[in-house]
Amino acid sequence: MAKPSPTPFARFRTAAAVAVGRMVAALSKKFRVGTGSVIGGRAALIIDPHLLAHLTRARDVVIVSATNGKTTTTRLLAAAIGADQPVISNWLGANMTPGVVAALGPSSPFATAVLEVDERWLPRVLKEINVSHGDSSPLRRGVVLLNLSRDQLDRTQEVRHLAEAWRKAFSQNQPTFVVANADDPLVTYAALTANNVVWVSTGMQWTADASGCPSCAGRISFSETHWSCSNCDLQRPTPSISLTDDGIYAEQNYSISIPLPGRVNRMNATFAFAAARQFSIDAERAIHAMEQVEEVAGRYRTATFAGQTVRLLLAKNPAGWHEALNLLERPDTPAIIGINSRIADGHDPSWLWDVDFEQLKGRYVIATGERRHDLAVRLHYAEVEHEVVEHFADCVRIAGQHLESTDITIDVVSNYTAFQDQLAQLGGLV
Amino acid sequence: MSVRIVSLFPDLLGTYGDGGNAVILAQRLRWRDIDCELLTVTADETVPNSADIYLLGGGEDGPQSAAAARLIQQRSLHRAVENGATVFAVCAGMQILGESFPDMRGNTTEGLGLLDCQTLRVEKPRAVGELLTKATEVSLAGRNIALGPLSGFENHAGRTRLGSAASPLATVEVGEGNGDGHEGIVQGKVVATYLHGPVFARNPDFADAILSMTVGDLSPINDEESLTLRSVRIEAARRHELTPKPTLRQRLHWRKK
Repeated sequence: MAKPSPTPFARFRTAAAVAVGRMVAALSKKFRVGTGSVIGGRAALIIDPHLLAHLTRARDVVIVSATNGKTTTTRLLAAAIGADQPVISNWLGANMTPGVVAALGPSSPFATAVLEVDERWLPRVLKEINVSHGDSSPLRRGVVLLNLSRDQLDRTQEVRHLAEAWRKAFSQNQPTFVVANADDPLVTYAALTANNVVWVSTGMQWTADASGCPSCAGRISFSETHWSCSNCDLQRPTPSISLTDDGIYAEQNYSISIPLPGRVNRMNATFAFAAARQFSIDAERAIHAMEQVEEVAGRYRTATFAGQTVRLLLAKNPAGWHEALNLLERPDTPAIIGINSRIADGHDPSWLWDVDFEQLKGRYVIATGERRHDLAVRLHYAEVEHEVVEHFADCVRIAGQHLESTDITIDVVSNYTAFQDQLAQLGGLV
Repeated sequence: MSVRIVSLFPDLLGTYGDGGNAVILAQRLRWRDIDCELLTVTADETVPNSADIYLLGGGEDGPQSAAAARLIQQRSLHRAVENGATVFAVCAGMQILGESFPDMRGNTTEGLGLLDCQTLRVEKPRAVGELLTKATEVSLAGRNIALGPLSGFENHAGRTRLGSAASPLATVEVGEGNGDGHEGIVQGKVVATYLHGPVFARNPDFADAILSMTVGDLSPINDEESLTLRSVRIEAARRHELTPKPTLRQRLHWRKK
């Protein structure tokens, strides 16, 4: 049964919360405290603690969560659904409840919400958006689950605990649909408590965090196209949508050519495609819309800086670095790598030793960021020729001296706050 | 003779970057033209009992118990220690070498018994942050080796209590360590620590001390970058750079005072 309409007071409180949130955000932005969206959202939630429920009571919601690829997939999915209907999205990556309500507040109450949600916040957000969602309601509550791997171990939960928390969340608040990665044992285990799952296969490169079965004490064995537990019956479900060399296969093949680089982004697009189909978006239109996305919150930004062409790439954890190192320009070009260890990055950069930096041998690498000395030692043992440089402009200038011609792009790969600092120097978000 | 180094169960005990210790030890031998063989043994493989150095890293609670169960069942590591092998273990790897440790539900679980220690779950928050010890001198294979302060990052819930057969590796200056003011354990040729980082990246002399139990004295090599990193991190730990910042309320409270 659907919930009764809100009382006039509840409606007033929601409106007041949104107004105050916007005011706080504007002030924060004016006085350059930050972009304002998170603090505005926090202020709004003080006035209306169930603001998220109230702001989603009349709209469809689809949540994207994962360790890697959340922001890009959210952007692609917003584009795909946006080809057909109004959408609203927290496209700047503020992905906990305050950021989500800040994005939703000013929007039309009926626009479909495409939300990136932090993997730890997924259970809370799912519970909150189901408050206003009775069984007979036609509103959709979708979830897209890309992957789970180690990330910021000093502050996030170990990945198995996250998979358990997701599992519980789906059994308590059944989503209308879940689009889940059939190649990831942790995601599969989590999604199995959902009633309606669309299994997607895009291949998985990083399996180091999934060798122990999440369901029992057994081990997962991987083959080229399958995985299964040696001990219990957990195994790879049969996918209905897959990424192939020719495009996306979903009963028929759809060719796709997105400007975002690398296989990793074709993987993200496949998940977005699968979720867009749940909203009955025409396949060709969805793909066409995704093909218009060239940059996602500054990632893949190409710009001229200090006399050189540079491209910004973001990699936050071993699985992300695995993908990012595969995207680099030809093997003889220099690369700049930036590592910080602020709260958003995780305080412990030990994971640098889980990244196969040995594959950079032959390149000249410039180590920068607040943890540049940790990176330098890692590169030293990997026998990668490198130099430690503090300021970004100097990094670019020195990389330029190691270029054969000026028309070659210098790749800059950094973790989260190092990336944000560099993006700001390239002019920030436009 | 080639030095055989075994990286044990990186699939179970490889969560915290400690695999770097194996890379570092092997590379430090190669740079000195000492032959070495680095074997990675996953949990479904048989553990050899004839290697020279065994390395164990940190891991999650569930896989930690699985690793202990396998090593107890196979007893290869026990035989290797009897044969005089060196074992170097970090965090979860250290905990399973003791008499007992808590599993993911907090139940006391049997360890390998290679170290005279017990790890207990305590009513204290998880120890997370930079860990720095005072300058230390360890006695390894009958030799006293001065190591200076040891620097690393710790991330563990349990606290470890040493028995009479084990000695602490060092005394804590910043951080939690074993929980009683000491950090790490030395017992014969079995050495263990809570220090991640990985620990050998920041403490090259410690890496050589472990190697010297197998190969004797080592010639100096270029450690300039490791020593820079080391001094930067020692500084950072003393400044409490990564210790959680006080909340606004706490700061206002201090200002009133």
